[in-house]
Amino acid sequence: MGDWAGYLTLILAGTWVTIKLTVMGCAVALVVAFIAGLGRVSRHATLRWLSTGYIEFFRGTSIFVQLFWIYYVLPLIGVSMTPMQAGVMALGLNVGAYGAEVVRGAILAVPRDQYEACIATNLTRYQRMRHVILPQALPLMLPTFGNNAIELLKATSVVSLISLADMTFQAQVVRSQTGNTIVPFVTILILYFILSSLISFGMRYLERRASRGAEGVR
Amino acid sequence: MDAPIIRINDLSKSFGKLTVLNGLSFDVMKGEKLALIGPSGSGKTTILRILMTLENISGGRIEVCGEPLFHMHRNGQDVPADEAHLHKMRRHIGMVFQHFNLFPHKTVLQNITLAPTLTKGEKRIDAEKRARELLDMVGLADKADYMPVQLSGGQKQRVAIARALALSPEIMLFDEVTSALDPELVEEVLQVMQRLAVETDMTMLLVTHEMGFAREFADRVLFFDQGRIVEAGPPEQIFQAPQEERTRTFLRKIIASRHGM
Repeated sequence: MGDWAGYLTLILAGTWVTIKLTVMGCAVALVVAFIAGLGRVSRHATLRWLSTGYIEFFRGTSIFVQLFWIYYVLPLIGVSMTPMQAGVMALGLNVGAYGAEVVRGAILAVPRDQYEACIATNLTRYQRMRHVILPQALPLMLPTFGNNAIELLKATSVVSLISLADMTFQAQVVRSQTGNTIVPFVTILILYFILSSLISFGMRYLERRASRGAEGVR
Repeated sequence: MDAPIIRINDLSKSFGKLTVLNGLSFDVMKGEKLALIGPSGSGKTTILRILMTLENISGGRIEVCGEPLFHMHRNGQDVPADEAHLHKMRRHIGMVFQHFNLFPHKTVLQNITLAPTLTKGEKRIDAEKRARELLDMVGLADKADYMPVQLSGGQKQRVAIARALALSPEIMLFDEVTSALDPELVEEVLQVMQRLAVETDMTMLLVTHEMGFAREFADRVLFFDQGRIVEAGPPEQIFQAPQEERTRTFLRKIIASRHGM
C-alpha cells in the first residue's frame, strides 16, 4: 500500500498544476473576454473587426491546435514560453473568445431605457458603461461565466500534450508505472468533479450576491 | 418670458420611409409651460426625444438657449454636432420618461446623485444634501435608501423627477409621465409637477393625455396631428373654444373615452 501513497502524492502534485492552470487561465480569459466583448459593441469599426476576428478564430479552431501553435510555432518567430505560460495563454485565449460573446450579449441585454436615461442625465459614454450598463450586465454574465470556467478546467488536460505534468498527465504516469488504469483514473475523475463543484458553488454564491439589488433586498 | 429659449425651424424627422414630423416650426419662451397634446402617432413624443438628443433630426434646425442643438460652427460653416457639442447642450435639458427609467441597481439617493457627481463634479456630500432636499420636495424623504424595485410607480416617477431636477436644467421635458401609472397614483405625480410649474421659472414641455392637467398646468397648448401643429393657443381657447374641427373631434373622443372608463 505504501506505493499507492506515493502515487497519490504524484497525482496531487498534478492537481496543483491543474488548479494553477485553471485560475490563471480564467484570469486571462476574463480580461480578454471584456476587452473583446467591449470591442464587439464599440462604435469604432476597426475595434469591432479586430474583436470579431479574434473571437471567430479562437472559437473556430481546436484548442489542441492553438496550444501547439503557441508552444511549438511561436518560438520559430522568437516568442518562446514555458509550458505553463503556453498552457495559460492557450486556455485563456480560447475560453476568452467564448466569454467575449457572453460579455457582448449581456451588454446588449440591458434595456434601451437605461441608455436613454444616461443620455438624459448627460453621462459620457464611458460613465454610462462604467456606472450603469456594466453593473447591470454583470449579473447576466455570471451563470455563463461559470460554465466557461468549468469548460476551462476540463480543457486543462490538453496541456499534458506539451509535457506539462497536470493531473491527467500524472494519472498516465501512474498507469504506465503500475499497469493499473482504474485507480488513477477514478482518482482524477473524483478530483475533477470536486474542482468543478467548487467552481459551481463559487459562481452560485456570486450570482446570489449580484442579484440582491435587483430583488430589492439590501 | 422675454426671449425664445427653444426655436424649432422647419424641423423634419423620418424613421425610414415613415415621416413623423414635416416642416415643423415653433418657439418656446423662457419660463413657458407648454403642453403638447394630440392623438398617438402625431409626433409629440418624438419632439421631446429630439430635444433630449435621443433622436437625430432629418432636416431643419433647432436652437436651444441661443445655440444650435444639432449643428455647430466650424470655420464659418454649420456642420453636424459632435458628441462633445451634444454633451454641452444636454446640460440645458432634463427629461422624465413614461417608464421612469430609474437605475435599478442604485438606491433612490444614488439615482439622484450619480449624474451630478459624475458630470458636474459635485462633491458627494453636497450632491447628497441636494438630493435629500429634492426627495423632501417630492414627498419621499424617507425613501432615500430604498431600491427602485421597492417603490410604487408613482414613487418611482417622483424619484425620476428629482433625478432630473438635481442637474438644474433650464428646460424640463415630461413625456407622458403618468401614462404608465395606476389611476390612483396619477395625482401624486401631477401635484409635484404643478408645484414645479408654480414655484420655478423652468421652461417645461409636457406631452400628456391628461387634459384636465394640461389645462391647469400650461400657459399654451399645442394640438398636434400627423406631425403638424393644427392649433395653438392658451388652454382656455383650446379646451373651451377650439377653432379647428380636428381639435374638436379629438377632444370629444378623449372625453368620451374618459366617461366610458
